[in-house]
Amino acid sequence: MKFFKFILIIILSFFILQKNLIANDNSILINKISKNLRCLICQGQSIYDSQSDFAISMKLIIKKKIEEGNSEKKIYQYLKNQYGEWIVYDPELNKKTIFLWLFPLILFAFGGLLIFRKVFIN
Amino acid sequence: MLSSYLGYYSLILGFIFSIWLLFYSFVSLNNKNTSLKKNIILILFLQLFTVLLSFLSLIYSFVISDFSNETVYNNSHTTKPLFYKISGTWGNHEGSLLLWLLVLTLFIFLFIFKSKNQPTKYKLLTLFFQQIIILGFFLFLLLTSSPFNFLFPIPNEGLGLNPILQDPALAIHPPILYLGYVGSSIIFSASLAALVQKNINANWANHIKKWIFAAWIFLTLGIMLGSIWAYYELGWGGFWFWDPVENVSLMPWLCLTALLHTIVMLEKRLILQSWTLILSIATFTFSMSGTFLVRSGILNSVHTFANDPERGIFILIFLFVLISLSLIIFFFYQTKELSEKKIFWLSKETAILVNNWFMMYFLSVVLIGTTYPIFLEVITNEKISVGPPFYHKLFIPFLIPFLIFMAIGPKLKWIKQDYKKIKIQQFGFFILSFLIAYLIIQKTSAEYLFTTILIAAALYLFFITIGEFLKKNYNFAQNISHFGFSLFILSVLFNSLFSSEFSANMKIGEELKFKNGLIKFNKIETFNEKNYKSIIADFDIVDRKDTITLNPEIRIYNQPNILTSEADIKSSLFSDKFLVINLLKGEHLFNVRYQNKPFMIWIWISILLLVFGGLAGFVKKYK
Amino acid sequence: MKKKIIYLLLVLLLIFIFTVFLKGLYKPNLYTPSQTSNKNLIEFSGKDLFSDIEITSQQLTSSKKFTIINIWASWCAPCRLEHPILMDLSKNPNLNLVGLNYKDKSESAKKFIYERGNPFSNILVDNNGIISIELGAYGIPETFIINSNTKIIKKYIGPLTNKSFKEIEKIIN
Repeated sequence: MKFFKFILIIILSFFILQKNLIANDNSILINKISKNLRCLICQGQSIYDSQSDFAISMKLIIKKKIEEGNSEKKIYQYLKNQYGEWIVYDPELNKKTIFLWLFPLILFAFGGLLIFRKVFIN
Repeated sequence: MLSSYLGYYSLILGFIFSIWLLFYSFVSLNNKNTSLKKNIILILFLQLFTVLLSFLSLIYSFVISDFSNETVYNNSHTTKPLFYKISGTWGNHEGSLLLWLLVLTLFIFLFIFKSKNQPTKYKLLTLFFQQIIILGFFLFLLLTSSPFNFLFPIPNEGLGLNPILQDPALAIHPPILYLGYVGSSIIFSASLAALVQKNINANWANHIKKWIFAAWIFLTLGIMLGSIWAYYELGWGGFWFWDPVENVSLMPWLCLTALLHTIVMLEKRLILQSWTLILSIATFTFSMSGTFLVRSGILNSVHTFANDPERGIFILIFLFVLISLSLIIFFFYQTKELSEKKIFWLSKETAILVNNWFMMYFLSVVLIGTTYPIFLEVITNEKISVGPPFYHKLFIPFLIPFLIFMAIGPKLKWIKQDYKKIKIQQFGFFILSFLIAYLIIQKTSAEYLFTTILIAAALYLFFITIGEFLKKNYNFAQNISHFGFSLFILSVLFNSLFSSEFSANMKIGEELKFKNGLIKFNKIETFNEKNYKSIIADFDIVDRKDTITLNPEIRIYNQPNILTSEADIKSSLFSDKFLVINLLKGEHLFNVRYQNKPFMIWIWISILLLVFGGLAGFVKKYK
Repeated sequence: MKKKIIYLLLVLLLIFIFTVFLKGLYKPNLYTPSQTSNKNLIEFSGKDLFSDIEITSQQLTSSKKFTIINIWASWCAPCRLEHPILMDLSKNPNLNLVGLNYKDKSESAKKFIYERGNPFSNILVDNNGIISIELGAYGIPETFIINSNTKIIKKYIGPLTNKSFKEIEKIIN
């Protein structure tokens, strides 16, 4: 049993020692942002995935905005002003989306209540 | 031309048989007969046969490129390879519906055939409900989506099938997926029948269990094939996008997995009959809603089929008729549970309840995430997007307790677990998991506390299930599946933590350095294939100690005039090396994207393990 | 009694969901960006295609009562279709018609103009599409109508038609 665990730790440590490939820091952020943006002229692709003109130009804009020192949040805000909320895949928590975020959690609590009743009461 | 006539009239004949079966089953319900008439089986077979004949004639039309058939014209081309001419039959809306109908008629035939030991009335009722569904599909096909419409004058050439659909994984993905969906329809009908008969008991549970397992296996495989296709073919390196069409197949899967656990409990302890029924109804409802959502044009996605509101209305009405029917039957026939059996808090029953609880939560996340934009837009005229970040945020925190419950649950006894018997060993595993997870996160500088705990939880399940294998008495099917699931979570996590990519615009002959490696763009070669022009690039990649050659391809298809990018992927047990190129407009540069994706293959292996466990559960015989 | 209430609620819920989906079917599911907005034109500048001089948006919008920016390229087929309408528009004294040449080769763009005529007072070069995106464009061709307060009062996505020509005439006259 112990030997088995030991082997596992060795194997896992081997993978742990791998490092990341990315050369420059900005590209991580550009990828992160573009994965969170919808390509508006495609049917259900993100800016990261798409190779359309719109997406390519958009990636350049994101790069430019990052280099100008804008934060991720500011970039999303700018794009939402230009194109509307639906360009961003992460629905922010506001009046319009409060039920979106709350409903599943309410249902979870409700489910828990039902189970609690079934198991602990009666 | 002739095959279209054959296909159409065969379908009409099948339609007539289905009406006969519907009325006959209803009328026979009042008969005193104790056995099912032989002619029902014959007509069932004829119903299946006519639909099969219809399907085969459609395939034939595709194979000979009969463009007098509108569906063939819209979706095929003479230069398409034979394999894809055949699979193109169900790669479109009308053809796929015919496939649905074929599987429906096949399954009801099999069900009646294989249920010889079940009470006659139960079989008749199941047949009755199932025929309602079959009739609905016949009407839908014949009234709004016939695959046998004529075109005149007959065009010389077809419009072709989208080249990204010309892939082996995608060719078998629909049939396998439909086997799962249709399986859930049988479960639906059989559950309603059992409700009316008031015989939801261990016997019935044992009988329906096989169908639940079968449907689950096919559904899991079908979803996996779709993911594999997306990964290998779509060129983005991802395998799940929380796209509405994907979500729509995930919802019945979550329901079916919950049902799988509940039916086992029903068989052993005869509790939660109503809940089992609700799950059966819900699973099929989600399958049908899925059909509605992807074919009606209400959703915006890469995968959507026809954008035809008329078809959407039909399915919507059909769907609500079925739901209303279930509700009415539930209302009238639902009886209070015979015994209010108690459930002890530390028992396997509670563990299964907890499983269902979490499954329903995950289901609600997917359901709300997918349909909320529709509701919002109709009510307030505002458009929002709900994408991967939403699902990740609501899933991941809950996966942690879920994995832990999954590790502990199977170890609990039925009825009551004596907590004095819990061993110290359990805590040992727990601590080990945490240590390893902590080490891993340290090295990657991922900031999330959650990820550490999540990895720890997955590792815990991993160790516990491995531990089970070394014991004498254990449930093979259950353990393999749970082990597969832990492996799946671990592979997905490690894959996303350790993946890296490098992208740049390169010209031929250029060599670029990136961290830990080198990428050299050697040359391109162009070839002319049967229905496309191929540009194959040659790259040498040095990635840490590995040197490999990758040949991504760009294809320029003639009909339809589409450009696709085919990634070259070298898979190994440790990682996939993924290279894709794209032509840049107006320049002699190529956009090159290289990704190193560790443990990709383990993601597929782990799902196969999951399915293998299901298979083991399917064939298991009780002593 | 409790059972009946639950069922009633369920039925009502179902009817609600049914109605929403029914209405949802008729909503267009392709993006339909707002054609009118109340946004101000952002400031930008670009090199002129012919003179190579850097021109600012300020200069472009200050000369006449209305400014129209049309995004086009020589490789864009619908742009060829709308060209005659642009030629007609350019005759209107109230407006300054400006072209934004998107992701194009300058020789091809110049050739396009020589062959078909130049409706633009200036043509700015947008090699990587950044200016167009900053304007809020989705693709090409796209046309923006801007008033003297640098407000974008109307946007046309896709080639201009006779109908849109008449609408524009109404606005600027």
